[in-house]
Amino acid sequence: MAEMLYQRDVYGKALVELGKINRDIVVFDADLSGSTRTSLFAKEFPERFFNFGVAEQNMMATSAGMSSCGKTVFVSTFAMFATGRAWDQVRNSVVYNNFDIKIVATHAGVTVGPDGASHQALEDLAIMRVLPNMNVVVPCDGPQTREAVMAAANTRGPFYIRLGRSKFLTIENKGEFKLGKAQVLKDGKDVTIIACGIMVEAALEAADNLGKKGISSRVINMHTIKPIDKDVIIEAAKNTSGIVVCEEHTVIGGLASSVDEIVSENCPAKVLRIGVKNRFGQSGEPSELLKEYNLTAEDIEKSALSIVS
Amino acid sequence: MEATKDTAILEKKAKKIRSLIIQMLDKAGSGHPGGSLSATDMITALFFSVMRHDPANPHSLNRDRFHISKGHCCPLLYAVLAECGYFSKDELWKLRKLGCLLQGHPDRRTPGIDVASGSLGQGLSVGLGMSLALKMDKKDYRVYVLMGDGEIQEGNIWEAAMAAAHYKCDNLCGILDYNGYQIDGKTKDVMNLEPISDKWRAFGWHTVLIDGHNMKEIVAAYREAESMKGKPTIIIGKTIKGKGVSFMENVVDFHGRAPTKEETDRALKEIGE
Repeated sequence: MAEMLYQRDVYGKALVELGKINRDIVVFDADLSGSTRTSLFAKEFPERFFNFGVAEQNMMATSAGMSSCGKTVFVSTFAMFATGRAWDQVRNSVVYNNFDIKIVATHAGVTVGPDGASHQALEDLAIMRVLPNMNVVVPCDGPQTREAVMAAANTRGPFYIRLGRSKFLTIENKGEFKLGKAQVLKDGKDVTIIACGIMVEAALEAADNLGKKGISSRVINMHTIKPIDKDVIIEAAKNTSGIVVCEEHTVIGGLASSVDEIVSENCPAKVLRIGVKNRFGQSGEPSELLKEYNLTAEDIEKSALSIVS
Repeated sequence: MEATKDTAILEKKAKKIRSLIIQMLDKAGSGHPGGSLSATDMITALFFSVMRHDPANPHSLNRDRFHISKGHCCPLLYAVLAECGYFSKDELWKLRKLGCLLQGHPDRRTPGIDVASGSLGQGLSVGLGMSLALKMDKKDYRVYVLMGDGEIQEGNIWEAAMAAAHYKCDNLCGILDYNGYQIDGKTKDVMNLEPISDKWRAFGWHTVLIDGHNMKEIVAAYREAESMKGKPTIIIGKTIKGKGVSFMENVVDFHGRAPTKEETDRALKEIGE
C-alpha cells in the first residue's frame, strides 16, 4: 500500500528544516497555524514566527515590509483567504516589489470537504498566475511538497504554492523535481493527460484503464504552473492526438488555460478540460465532491476516449 | 546625514521643497499637489533633522526607514530625496514620463524607496513589517510611515494598528497628515474620522496632536515618539491642504491636479524661495 501524507504536515516539517539552516527565514500566519502546520515552526522558533490574527490583508502587506529588510517570509493561511481576501496586498505590496515572499496556502479546492463553498478556493491559480514575477507551484503529493518548498526557499522572488487539506497518495518514480520542468510520469503515443496536484493520482489511474483498452496515454505532472514547461506541451500537442488537462480548480484561468495558451500559439490541437465548470463548491465528503464535479479517473478516461475515437 | 537642529533652517528647507513640488508638477502636467504641500513641513523635519540615513547608501540595512503610505503624495518625497542627494534634481523634471526614475506613484526603482505604494491603506503594515524585522535583529533603528487622513478609512490600516500595538512596536512612528480633505470633499462629510485621537488610543497607540506646520512642535513630537517605550506612536499633524500656496489652500480641486503655467508662476512667487 502506497504512502498517504498530508502535504501540510510535510510543509510544517520543511519549514523547521529551513529555519535551522537559515536565520533569515520568518513565518507568518493568520490564526490558522494549527491547520496550516506553521505551528511546528512557531514552536521551534517563536521569535521568528508572527501570528496576525484574523487579518490576512495586514499579514500580506507586513510581509512586504519584513522582506524589504532582508528576510525571506513564508506566509500561510487557507488558499481562499491568501489569494482572494488579500489580492491587492499580494499584487501591490508583495509581487510588484518582487520580494522574496513565499505564499504557501493550504485547503485549496473542493476536497476541503464539509466546510463548503466559502472555503473551497477554485480560482486561486487563475488570480495568482496573472501576476508578473509570480511563480506558481502545485505539488502532487507529500514528498513533492518538500521539494517545492525547498526550491522556493532557494529561488529569489515571490511564490504561490498550493496545498490541499486531505491526505495525498505518494506518487512513485516521479524523477527529479525541477522548477518549471514538468515530469513525464508515463510515456504514451495516443493521447496526453496533463494534471497537477491531487488530480495526478486520478490521471495515472485513468491511464492504466486506458491501457487495458489498448490506448497508450502519456501522463504529465505539471507541478509548476508558472513558469510553465512549454516544450513538454508543444511536444504532446504535436505527437499525440490531443490533450486532457486535469485540475481541482475552475477550468477558467488555471492549468487548462495555461495549456490552451501554449497550444493555440504553437501547435493547435484538441484540448479537453477536466475541472470545475463555472460553479461554486459545496459541502460533502472529498470523494463525493470529486464525483459531483467530474474530477475522477473515469471522467478523465471518458475525455481521453473522445479524443482518440 | 548631518541633522539640522535650527528650525529656521528647516523652514527655509521646506520652502525649497514646496518650490520643487510645484515645478515638478508643472512639468509633469499631472499629480497631487494638495497633500504633498500639507505634509511638507513634517517630512522636511523628518529627513533633515530626525532620521538617521545616508543618501549614498540607500540600501544599507542599518538606517531608519521611511515609508510613504499615501503614495500619491510622492512629489513631496521625490523633492526631499533629491534635496538630500539620493539622485540628481534633473530627475524631478522627468516625473511621470515614460522610462523615468520617478513614477506616478512610488516604485522601488527610485533610490530611497524601499517599498512601492499607491494602493491606499497598506503602508502601515509595511512599516510594521520593517519594525518587526528591526526588533528581531535587535537593531536600534526607527520606522516612520506617512499616512493621509482619507487613507485611514481603509480597514487594513486598523488591522495594522492593532498588530503594531500587540507586538509593542515602539520603534514605529505613524505620521498622519490631517488636512481634513479627500478627493470627494471634506473628510467629515465623506466619512467622518473623529474622534481621531481616541481611535488611535483605543488601538493602543501613544498619540501626539500637533500643528503640522510648526517646526518646533514637529521636531518635539518626533523626540517624544523616540522616548515612548512599549507602544507605537502616531503624530497627528493638523495641516492645511495645499499649504503655502494661497489659492491651493483648502481647495479640493488641487488634490489631484497640476497647476497651469500661470498658476505655477503665481505659486512660485508666493513661496518665494
